[in-house]
Amino acid sequence: MKILRFFLIVILFYTCSALKADELDKRNNITKNLRCLVCQGQSIYDSDSEFANSLKILVDKKIDEGLTDDEIYEYFKNKYGEWILYDPKLNKNTYILWFMPLLIFLLGGAIIFKKLKKKHN
Amino acid sequence: MKNKILSFLVIIIFGIIFFIFYKGLEDSKIYTPDVNTKKEIPVFNTKEFFSGENVKSSSIFELDKFYLLNIWSSWCVPCRQEHPFLMNLNLDNEVNIIGMNYKDNLKNAENFLKELGNPYKEIFIDLDGTIAIEWGAYGVPESFLIYNNQIIKKYIGPLNQELVNEINLLIK
Repeated sequence: MKILRFFLIVILFYTCSALKADELDKRNNITKNLRCLVCQGQSIYDSDSEFANSLKILVDKKIDEGLTDDEIYEYFKNKYGEWILYDPKLNKNTYILWFMPLLIFLLGGAIIFKKLKKKHN
Repeated sequence: MKNKILSFLVIIIFGIIFFIFYKGLEDSKIYTPDVNTKKEIPVFNTKEFFSGENVKSSSIFELDKFYLLNIWSSWCVPCRQEHPFLMNLNLDNEVNIIGMNYKDNLKNAENFLKELGNPYKEIFIDLDGTIAIEWGAYGVPESFLIYNNQIIKKYIGPLNQELVNEINLLIK
């Protein structure tokens, strides 16, 4: 009986800490992708400003409430606008940002292809 | 012929890229927060400053009245500068000034009000700064003009005579 109880406690302890570790990872990931709006070039994760500290507390609260990453990003986007996200979503303001590298890559590829073909001939 | 088309295409595409970047140069590089958005005020629970009783946001802000929510703190130096303007604004009584005491020591905050006067109709406390985030605030001092549970305008930084005049115009 004693052994059973011991195992039960160990298992409980193990699962709890694993859950906490998961949450910590999630929190770190989210705070690394949020910009500290009152700092220069720092994420919420990096910063120790009053603003960043409050935001970290709120991220913890939202994780406790069971919100997903996207829901948490959406929440902060509603409050502060797209600028707070380091990873901008594809929309009419950012499509150039997303498609320009692809365009340049294709263009470069076309030029190289052309040159190679010329050389071959 | 094919070569001509290709070089023509290259010139066109680089032209477009150049144009986009050139246009981008004209944009302001300084991040300016959106201050004119009509947003619903957030719903929150907090404590009253003097009594320490629990209050709901819905009981603070009534419909068809102008409110100025002012985020302040005793440790914030610009709050000292703007305080006389809040006192003046309070004289007209056309706008209800609500205070949000931000991450403060309550004793210091009380001394601050004793020293400079209390322009607030009601004050609630935000100990960990999360309510300020719910409002979309950046720090102290910051003020929100509210009508019918909507934020009409947001003032980041201390108020001055010019902004007080603007508020007076808006609430007329």
